[in-house]
Amino acid sequence: MSIRYAAPAAIVPDTDGQARISFIGTRAFLIEAPGAFDLPNQRRVWALSHALETRPDVAEIVPGMTNLLVILKETPDMPEVVVRDLQEEWRRARSVDLAGREIEIAVTYGGEHADDLPALCDLSGLSDREVVRIHHEGTYRVFALGSAPGFGYLHGLDPRIHMPRKTVPSLHMARGCVTIGGMQTGIAVLTGPNGWNSIGFAELQMFDPLAASPAVMAPGDTVRFRPERIEL
Amino acid sequence: MIEIVATGPLNTVQDLGRPGYRNIGVTACGAMDTLALTIGNILVGNAPDAAGIEVQTFPFRVRFSDRGAFALTGADCRATLDGVPLPPWWMAQARPGQMLELSPPLKDARAYLSLAGGVDVAPVMGSRSTSLRGGFGGVDGRVLAAGDRIATGAAADGFLPKDGFGVVPPAVALKDVFPLAEGGALVIRALPAGEHDLFGVDAERFWSQQWKISARSDRTGYRLSGDPIHPTEVVEMRSHGVVPGVIQVPPAGEPIVQMSDANTAGGYPKIAGVIEADLWRLGQARIGSLLRFVPATHAEAKVVETALAAYIADVRKTARLVRQALAAMA
Repeated sequence: MSIRYAAPAAIVPDTDGQARISFIGTRAFLIEAPGAFDLPNQRRVWALSHALETRPDVAEIVPGMTNLLVILKETPDMPEVVVRDLQEEWRRARSVDLAGREIEIAVTYGGEHADDLPALCDLSGLSDREVVRIHHEGTYRVFALGSAPGFGYLHGLDPRIHMPRKTVPSLHMARGCVTIGGMQTGIAVLTGPNGWNSIGFAELQMFDPLAASPAVMAPGDTVRFRPERIEL
Repeated sequence: MIEIVATGPLNTVQDLGRPGYRNIGVTACGAMDTLALTIGNILVGNAPDAAGIEVQTFPFRVRFSDRGAFALTGADCRATLDGVPLPPWWMAQARPGQMLELSPPLKDARAYLSLAGGVDVAPVMGSRSTSLRGGFGGVDGRVLAAGDRIATGAAADGFLPKDGFGVVPPAVALKDVFPLAEGGALVIRALPAGEHDLFGVDAERFWSQQWKISARSDRTGYRLSGDPIHPTEVVEMRSHGVVPGVIQVPPAGEPIVQMSDANTAGGYPKIAGVIEADLWRLGQARIGSLLRFVPATHAEAKVVETALAAYIADVRKTARLVRQALAAMA
């Protein structure tokens, strides 16, 4: 069997402020914002999301971290036209700030679920008290939901306590673990394998499939962690 | 109503899935072979969104409590109804008390049992598909167990042949559209994805080698074993939405194809994305079998989609004609 040269993966490079647009299969187009992983870029992704969700050819929109997956209703005849349209939408997208609610979450820092707190202390050179203080003093924004039902990716983690995801995930991390994954933080919504680092625990149901709005968090929400207990 | 008399560990209620909620982290789920489920629903006169039972582990035996039509599509499980063999891709009528038994298929991976009226469980977020990871949908969000009693919805009005009828399986009817490679490897068409070019010369090895579906494969994803491939540089990826068919390459270099229970987000470099019209074939690929990926374009994918749509339309038309003929004779 002969191998043809594959088409270029990224139709449009991320130069000159253009988004990077690539395919996942035939109907899904991934639009990645150029530049930093920050709130201004995410606000523009939210604006793009608003602009695209009413388009008649769009089936589904999945905002990610400074990126957006657009799933069309049908495989387009001319994908290059779709890419051009999406690039134009990105160019036009201006910052919006989602109103968002304020969510306060009571956390037990340390204790039986904080398996990775010692490793974070080693990595950061900080004491466990300092790590906990830096984490609960932060103000976080829900950038996007994904990965598991109702899981919010929270932006705003102090760089001093960034910690890479594990190369070998924990097999049975409990639902409710307060975790750090790279430059993000979040609360585990399912018990199971998890590559993020746990530093505490929150007793909170983040998702109810039978509720009118199944997910507690929504993009744009502001999240604060209140240290209910610190067990060090 | 049917009663599950015996079942392997991983059989679930599935329909065409629960798309539209990936933005809150909810996996679409749905049948691994949506084509087989679609044909099963047509054969028993169901709406396209009716739920059936996906059978991927054995033994599987059910007893019918009531008279009703059912269809078996997908993998040929050498089914018997009260000991009498049934052809694959066939609908038949069961009488109260009759026992349907499926045996492990000799090829392909999953069979679909469609019941006239569809599996009657409460839809959750617009679908009856079981989300095992989320613990909702289907029967209490779990796998089927012996003793489960499964209700069916109201069957469509109309006549169904007493002795049943069937269709030519798509692997036969569409063999020119879905070829096998030399050596029997499944040929799966895919579009290069975002990080394809980052793999440099390893990208060529992704397309040129045969990959084996490892034992660590399930409805969530297929882990492939073969000669590992690596990107030329390590890039920090930001989490983004993914869809079934995405082929990601974790650090160890052996690709993972996300399937029906795919995570909604991912951050591994992605080398390609399987065209949707080939996903049903991947859904029938067995652990230990071989795959070859072939680069495709949107235009080529459209040709395959058109052929599939024509096959489905043809089955739908035939089923309607059968019913009309029976009604005329009645």
